[in-house]
Amino acid sequence: MTDIISELSGFNSAQKTHKTIFNLLVIIQLMLALTLSGCAATRENTLAEVPPRHSIEEFKDQRFAEVADPWEGFNRNMYRFNYYFDKYLFLPVVSGYEFITPVFLQERVSGFYNNLGEVRNLTNSLFQLKGRESATTLGRFVTNSTVGLGGLFDPATSFGLERHEQDFGKTLGYWGAGSGPYLVLPIFGPSSLRDTGGLAVDSAITYGIYTAIDPFGNTSNSFAISSGITALEAVDTRHQQSFRYYESGYPFEYYMVRFLYHNKRELESGKHPLAE
Amino acid sequence: MMYLKIFFIACLVLLPAQGLAAEDTYGYPIPGSYESTIIGTPAKLMPELPANINTRQLVLDVFPERKKPSIFFYDEGLRCTFAYQDHKAPLVFLIAGTGSSDRSAKLMVMMKAFYQAGFHVITLPSPTHANFIISASQSRIPGDLTEDAADLYRAMEIAWNQVRGDVEVSSFYLCGYSLGGTQAAFVAKLDEERRIFNFRKVLMIDPAVSLYTSSGRIEGLMKKIPGGPKKEGIFFNKMLSKFSEFYRYGNYVAINDEFLYAIYADKLYSSEETAGLIGLTFRINLAGMIFSSDVMTNSGYVVPKNRVLKITDSLSDYFLVSCHLSFFDYFNEYLFPYFQMRRPGLTKQAFIDSLSIKSIEGYLKTSDKFGVMANENDFILTGEDLKYLQQLFGKRTKIYPRGGHLGNLEYKENIAYMIAFFKQ
Repeated sequence: MTDIISELSGFNSAQKTHKTIFNLLVIIQLMLALTLSGCAATRENTLAEVPPRHSIEEFKDQRFAEVADPWEGFNRNMYRFNYYFDKYLFLPVVSGYEFITPVFLQERVSGFYNNLGEVRNLTNSLFQLKGRESATTLGRFVTNSTVGLGGLFDPATSFGLERHEQDFGKTLGYWGAGSGPYLVLPIFGPSSLRDTGGLAVDSAITYGIYTAIDPFGNTSNSFAISSGITALEAVDTRHQQSFRYYESGYPFEYYMVRFLYHNKRELESGKHPLAE
Repeated sequence: MMYLKIFFIACLVLLPAQGLAAEDTYGYPIPGSYESTIIGTPAKLMPELPANINTRQLVLDVFPERKKPSIFFYDEGLRCTFAYQDHKAPLVFLIAGTGSSDRSAKLMVMMKAFYQAGFHVITLPSPTHANFIISASQSRIPGDLTEDAADLYRAMEIAWNQVRGDVEVSSFYLCGYSLGGTQAAFVAKLDEERRIFNFRKVLMIDPAVSLYTSSGRIEGLMKKIPGGPKKEGIFFNKMLSKFSEFYRYGNYVAINDEFLYAIYADKLYSSEETAGLIGLTFRINLAGMIFSSDVMTNSGYVVPKNRVLKITDSLSDYFLVSCHLSFFDYFNEYLFPYFQMRRPGLTKQAFIDSLSIKSIEGYLKTSDKFGVMANENDFILTGEDLKYLQQLFGKRTKIYPRGGHLGNLEYKENIAYMIAFFKQ
């Protein structure tokens, strides 16, 4: 478990690793505590159960909005964990950021990280042998990195170069890998077994490129700078997502989110004609 | 992409408008009742609204003594959204439609529009929304217009008490859409007795005249599904695979507005299928209401009586069962028996009659504070309902030639009318 999570969190310096692992241990302890508290609060009532007026047996129909979810208990715990993580740590930090940063600056920050994300889009377009899409993405990256001042602005879109979101999970899907069971990751949220693997690969590639270039190697504060950049990236990512756990108040929100996530991913990854 | 959007809208406008063009100056483009209900208003045709406004989430502890089941651990009280001016201004309460929360997309657009026009705004979830049932409904069984109005009024009072120290309010207004519009009439009537707000004006947008009739008409949309509503699962899965195939062969970049417009421009779904999808959406909303109410009252309707659900328990079967129950199932097996138990001698017809604005028409006729907005092709209303509304509210009834049910609510002309009505 620790391995997966630390792989996923996308840290990028040796010193930081220790700190990250320490933080992760705290998080895992929290998760365990939540899981156990869930178990401890077992049925206290002594009243006998009475079958309900309507049950699933009476309906002769197909099930719908279903997604393979053998780890539902774990996933539901994790869903709740993310709610608390958001509530007590992540969102307060994000709103602090939104409060002190002018909107113009927030947009530049998002632009900067979105532009870095083009590297992930490009590598995966290439993995999928999509020539035209790779050229577009490369064009976007070059245009926005230069004319767009390192991604702060996005002139590429107005030149007709549309953004194509790609990641290794989609690449695997494109070449025919099934999504595998649904999986709710701590902090990252809804995912699947395949997409979790994809996230790990994408993070490893980013880490590899970063290490090779080592942009802050010459400064004496490379650790502080790279931690700051990673932290700001996390804040910006959450800032760009409007999703809030349990906000709909709908008692079956978990299923709605699961269904939408799964189908959106399946559709958007597409399939290579040979992998159909 | 913007051009594509405009192109699709143009197609939608041009196709049917040829015949109407002469007598019709209303600019909302989508002709079909079902289509407009699903598509709503294209972003280009909404008014320009501020991106950021001063808002605060209110979480109201309406029943401090109430113990909530642990699966609703995230429900900490009734959630309302409060948008406030920094100067003295009138305050509008907005009530959401069936199954919607205080932050539903339509409410957020209305909130911003009223805010921009200089009003303070407080949005409230629908009494049929789980959050309201869990935290603000006295009986925890929604559906009786008089009791739901009392619950809403109580929530408004508490919300007002929470903010009155921070803002200056010159007068109060009330507005609701769909079921929320019908409820607004009952809330206004209660206000005549309680006199806490003395609403200056009350606007009902696409209201149901009779809750029973309108719900029946929405249920009717599912009759054309092959095999009827009992086979909604098969229908759902078929619609989904149609959707997926359309996407796969259409070379789209992502599931976005452009793709959704294309679905309608290409007529992927027939009129019957579109109607079925609206009916199914209604059922999915209803399922949330039925399940929450059942858990809150331990009635043993879809969840075994006395079962204590844990956070890790699968709710999947309850979801499917609740979605297969119709409004009539809920009414006949759950809602009516509950009220019959409380009011011995109550007949079904008398109860149905009480769930209509006709039951308070004596009051509505005498008051000139009401206004109504409705659409000629709204499928929740019959022709008679429309005539009745015109008769009852006279000049203060605004009827648009199209828009379906709520499809044109965010259209700029409609929004301008809402604001003008309150500013008169």
